[in-house]
Amino acid sequence: MTKPKIAFYWCASCGGCEEAVVDLGEDLLTVVELVEVAFWPVALDFKREDVEALDDGELAAAFINGAVRTSEQEEMARLLRRKSAAVVAFGICAMLGGVPGLANLYESRDIIDAVYHEAPSVQNDDGTLPAEESRVAEGQLTLPAFGASVRTLDQVIDVDYYLPGCPPPTGLIASAVTALVEGNLPGKGAVLAPDVALCSECPRAPTKPDKLLVRAFQRPHQVLIDPELCLLAQGLICLGPATRAGCAAACPGGNMPCTGCMGPTSGVVDYGAKALSAIASVLDADGEDEITARVAEITDPVGTFYRYSLPASLLHRRVRPAARDEKAEVAP
Amino acid sequence: MSDAIVIDPLTRLEGHGKIHIFLDTDGGVDRAYLQIPELRGFEKFAQGRRAEDMPQITSRICGVCPMAHHMAATKALDALYQVDPPPAGRKIRELLYNAFMVEDHALHFFFLGGPDFIVGPDAPRQKRNILGVVDAVGLEVGKEVIGVRKQLRDLVAAVAGKAVHPVFGLPGGVSRSLSSEVRQEAAAAAARAVDFAQFALGAFREAVLGNPGYVELISSEAYTHRTYYMGLVDGANKVTFYDGTLRVVGPEGKELLTFTGRDYLDHVAEHVEPWTYMKFCFLKDIGWTGFADGAGSGVYSVAPLARLNVADGMATPRAQEAYEEFVTTLGPKPVHYTLANHWARIVELVYAAERMAELAGDPEITDPQVRALPTALPREGVGVVEAPRGTLFHHYQTDERGLVTAANLIVATQNNAARIALSVDKAARALIRNGQVGDGLLNQVEMAFRAYDPCFGCATQSLPGHMPLIVEIRDPDGALVREIRRD
Repeated sequence: MTKPKIAFYWCASCGGCEEAVVDLGEDLLTVVELVEVAFWPVALDFKREDVEALDDGELAAAFINGAVRTSEQEEMARLLRRKSAAVVAFGICAMLGGVPGLANLYESRDIIDAVYHEAPSVQNDDGTLPAEESRVAEGQLTLPAFGASVRTLDQVIDVDYYLPGCPPPTGLIASAVTALVEGNLPGKGAVLAPDVALCSECPRAPTKPDKLLVRAFQRPHQVLIDPELCLLAQGLICLGPATRAGCAAACPGGNMPCTGCMGPTSGVVDYGAKALSAIASVLDADGEDEITARVAEITDPVGTFYRYSLPASLLHRRVRPAARDEKAEVAP
Repeated sequence: MSDAIVIDPLTRLEGHGKIHIFLDTDGGVDRAYLQIPELRGFEKFAQGRRAEDMPQITSRICGVCPMAHHMAATKALDALYQVDPPPAGRKIRELLYNAFMVEDHALHFFFLGGPDFIVGPDAPRQKRNILGVVDAVGLEVGKEVIGVRKQLRDLVAAVAGKAVHPVFGLPGGVSRSLSSEVRQEAAAAAARAVDFAQFALGAFREAVLGNPGYVELISSEAYTHRTYYMGLVDGANKVTFYDGTLRVVGPEGKELLTFTGRDYLDHVAEHVEPWTYMKFCFLKDIGWTGFADGAGSGVYSVAPLARLNVADGMATPRAQEAYEEFVTTLGPKPVHYTLANHWARIVELVYAAERMAELAGDPEITDPQVRALPTALPREGVGVVEAPRGTLFHHYQTDERGLVTAANLIVATQNNAARIALSVDKAARALIRNGQVGDGLLNQVEMAFRAYDPCFGCATQSLPGHMPLIVEIRDPDGALVREIRRD
């Protein structure tokens, strides 16, 4: 029997997903025995032409991490889609947009201004900006245009499975590859992680009150955090109740609240809305005025509830009245 | 009018680094440009975020060195809230920081930079990788690399929540104390790391000093630039990673200035060019005079070689020995050979491992008092660390609720950007004669910038890690002669 072929590819990511694969350690050697890695540009010397030469559907699976922001990334995603029986959105950036997706709060020109004009260390009296075409003494140089819009993988191609996390926990990576090798994958669209809330695997769960009520929310730097007690019960915004399990509650293990990098459990359309409602439900406030006042105390709701999911959200990106339509924004 | 042998990527491939070389009429190199084609804009979308979230948000700039961003951000929060961590909090930070440095330096040495020397710069490309290194030094070493890495990363995860991305940094300390069990694990990991670093040093020494050709290559003019150097030093002017004073020395080795992170804007500035998204740092005290080395140019360098150049030595005994051998062989200081970064990295690997051992052996590190709660109103803070690839600045301003109103990030590779541009240009000039492009072009150009271990992902907050590169060679009529591509 021939080994199934798989590919790894990164789009707009930080490299942490690749580190997570390397973190499989000796398990990685086991994986390499079970499958044939046909394409992994960051680690092995394969070329795009090698992928193009494959038959359509010849790859058993392509694991694609990172959100999509450039036309090259889009082209590679489409190519891998054609060559693969299954595409796995690997990591929260590919799945929901991730932290770089917060760039969707701004337009390209805002970002350009911040970096090349407003930064206090910049000395740029003549207002130079990177340009698509520029003339230097020796001739002409070109750069690709800067596109600020970040898309999830399934906003670009059809995705079969999702492996959440920032980065995905190594145990889930190993299980996903094993399931693939054994032909034991669940139905299309499945998230390859337990479909329960993070609280179910949090060692602090026994200290979570049955009826949890929070009078005033605290921020992590304002309080000494008890290492045993339920973080929500301590008044911290812990997104465990709205977030999928599978990471062994790593951040609460580091004595900090869950920030939601595993995304939602199934059936949730908009993670941020779900997280906001989970937090609102424990708010101990009476009457509209008090509720309004309490909610106003939650600083930076977008960065708190949509930190990893803005591009996948119903909002997707900030749109100004003068902004071009979304398609024009998206194409870099 | 320049002729047009061009080393150029396909322009539609915006994810790829681009080297564009203009030839003069004699077929020699007029000028080579390294272009970085992307940008992400963390500095912009940091605005509006809660300051205490910055260590976790900015670590997403780079999954290869998340701890460096996490720590620079955390130290900026100390300054923002004017709160100093208690001794145990500070020591836990430094312990994990050094564990990270060991792991990152070792990864670079065995996977990325080391193959050039252990396998050899002229070895075929298929051999110049980790498998070639394992062939040369034995399978056991390969297993040890994986084993040490795992042990160090497990330690970081045990304390910081996750190795990628850590969550333990807070203004005034860390989120949790260190148990005595974890301290024992740290001590065991440190002892193994010290042995491992000694082994790496031995392997490098054998490969390099056993081969006069390598020393000649390292000290060849093609890989030499006489620039300023910057790095953190401790009170005794020894190399330090987590905290210290910034010291700058000139091309002749004289101290130009020292400053603290808070005053960085007085001394560090960024220059913008229209042909790349990367900004180029320079010393404000000297000024930007273009892409040039020498004492009259504000171009400076950071990273291992720069750190050894600005320091008077290493604070731990084995590292000091290794440092002395380095200086004896390549000195006098400052050492201007870019490729000497590889050796300097090993000297630092030894220091980071020994420093880890010191901290893990310090009983005070298990003190339960690991945080001081901030009481001051937040306004502005700067945090500086030495990332594996050089000095890293995080600077935040906030409103009184601690919401970020402005963020400025100057990352290691940006400090090095001008010198890297010089190195690429010089490597191209050394190789291209009479319009003939040697087969080794890409390898040699890559060697020139691999020595810096550049992270263009950090530098433009765009793509991670090691930039894929396309070299496209065109004849004077613009026709494609050949393409060399590194995805």
